[in-house]
Amino acid sequence: MALWVDILISAFLVIGGVFGIVGSFGLVKLQDQMQRLHAPTKATTLGVGGVLIASMLYFGLVQNSLSFHELLITLFLFLTAPITANFIAKAILAKSLKPEDLPDSGRPHGWSVYDDPPKTDAQDLDGGMPGIEDEGRGG
Amino acid sequence: MLKRLIPHPILSLVLLAVWLGLVNKITLGNVLLGSFLGLVVPAITAPYWPNQPKVGRPLVVVQYILIVIWDIIVANVQVAMIVLFKPNAKIQSKWVTIPLELTSPEAITVLAGTITLTPGTVTAALSADGGALLVHCLHTEDENAVRDGIKARYEGRLMEIFQ
Amino acid sequence: MIYMDYALMFAMACFGLGLLANLWRIARGPDNPDRILALDTMVINVIALLVLYGVQRGTEIYYEAAMLVAMVGFVSTVAYSRFILRGDIIE
Repeated sequence: MALWVDILISAFLVIGGVFGIVGSFGLVKLQDQMQRLHAPTKATTLGVGGVLIASMLYFGLVQNSLSFHELLITLFLFLTAPITANFIAKAILAKSLKPEDLPDSGRPHGWSVYDDPPKTDAQDLDGGMPGIEDEGRGG
Repeated sequence: MLKRLIPHPILSLVLLAVWLGLVNKITLGNVLLGSFLGLVVPAITAPYWPNQPKVGRPLVVVQYILIVIWDIIVANVQVAMIVLFKPNAKIQSKWVTIPLELTSPEAITVLAGTITLTPGTVTAALSADGGALLVHCLHTEDENAVRDGIKARYEGRLMEIFQ
Repeated sequence: MIYMDYALMFAMACFGLGLLANLWRIARGPDNPDRILALDTMVINVIALLVLYGVQRGTEIYYEAAMLVAMVGFVSTVAYSRFILRGDIIE
């Protein structure tokens, strides 16, 4: 193996490893729940991204069997990371925070975790369940 | 007729590419099977996609993707620096409200995902009527600057793409 | 392969320590959303470890495993968050 290939793959591996440990370390170090959400969702995507690029380079340049699997995993992680982060943020909003802790939305309706969306005609079309919704309002 | 047969040409191409990536070998049989999936899956799932988003300006799309990738790398370094070297007491986290000019759900989804992936910000919620985003900022001194930055850097380009 | 073996070792050690940190956060809590976040990070670290192991062994057979772990991890995180949000997974 050429030396530059060796160094290139090693560099990506080291970068990936460093970002991976920083993400998990942030999870332990930061104090606030919402702050903790930042470290893993960002640092680990680049951490895994670096490792996957290194692996792609290794199989492409050293073993001469170019593969696209890693690209798929990277793409999948980059598409799903915002969604999981958003869901966890919503869980934190619903569980640990109150509407008073948040800034005003500047709109006639509040944030979607606490407030119901405005009623439109479209809801009747897509077969919304009126019985269940009324129950929610009443309680 | 062609539109009935291929309701989502881009989705069909993406499915073919994903299939080829999964089997990891480009042969005639795999291309045929991938094309078959690319034709059948959009046809079956068409009722779930009533409104097809209009995506224009391919050059702006490419520019947007490159900007986001660059920002992800910068964001990772910044967040790593904050996590490693800033004492907890000095980290000023703030909530930022971003009023939206975008209206299509796809555009708002892309904007929310971009905000989560880039510099120290996480999208937490959408207002109930879909007119504003609630964003949590890991460390900032001026929340107005964050809001204006996001609006100028991402939302303006998305407005161009999804018009 | 002079530097790559060391780099592999280093990266594996990093992600292994990351797993330990996540485990600490799961045990400590203090709240359920923290545990979901820690489990999600754990899934990402396991994906990285699987890929690294595949590189070390020089085989591509671990990619299917990594892919499946990524998908199952995503679905389970969303399901768990939804359960906390609504008290129900399927509405």
